Amino acid sequence: MARNERTASQKADFKRELTEVVPHLRAFARGLCGRPDMADDLVQETLLKAWAAQERFEPGTSMRAWTFVILRNAYLTDMRRNRFRGEYDENVAERLLTQPAGQEEPIHLSDMHRALLTLPPERREALLLVGAGGFSYEEAATICGCAVGTIKSRVGRARAALNTMLEDGSIPQRAIGDDVAHRAILEELDEVAAGRGETSPTR
Amino acid sequence: MHTDRDRGTGAARGGDAKSKSGENPGWAQGLRQLYDSVVDEPLPDSFKDLLAKLDDKS
Repeated sequence: MARNERTASQKADFKRELTEVVPHLRAFARGLCGRPDMADDLVQETLLKAWAAQERFEPGTSMRAWTFVILRNAYLTDMRRNRFRGEYDENVAERLLTQPAGQEEPIHLSDMHRALLTLPPERREALLLVGAGGFSYEEAATICGCAVGTIKSRVGRARAALNTMLEDGSIPQRAIGDDVAHRAILEELDEVAAGRGETSPTR
Repeated sequence: MHTDRDRGTGAARGGDAKSKSGENPGWAQGLRQLYDSVVDEPLPDSFKDLLAKLDDKS
């Protein structure tokens, strides 16, 4: 197993960096799958996988980007196994609710989250990475294994959808609630997972 | 306070995508808040336990 065994100090460095990105992994996971308990399960799975694969981590590169790839892959796998039904926990979202600072009309984070969960997964993750995680388009493209133009297009579409939903107040009551939408999402996920999801430059 | 973007996530934190977006609709701040609110949560014990256990097995 240990072809390229790390020294104790390298392992310590790895663990420290891994520990530091846990809050970000939790935030990304929660944005992806909506349910805090499932999101945390996903992060735990990610941490174990990252630890097991630590020989493949290039010291000095971004631990956050590296672990996000692992988390994303675990999410896609679990999603296809139907573990996440895109369920939305209203109570938890209400607890998240805070007042955006200095904003004329506060947007409830619960609305924000619900709107986010209605987006197709690959647009949701693109927007999360760029709009919330602060990754550059280039970094997001690397994480998602697609072209920069694809990320830009996904973020653009996600933004347009959120503009419509949040500015016009037309958020669906239940995100991904019905079977039809869910099936469509799973089909889309298969495309994404197979590397066919919009990977050619759009338009 | 909200320095998560700089918080020890290594050298590869590249450009700031937010400034590139060119647009800043009212909800954009909410999206970041959604993310930051989770980042700022105290870490549940389950994670501390898990991280502590990583030392044992190698």
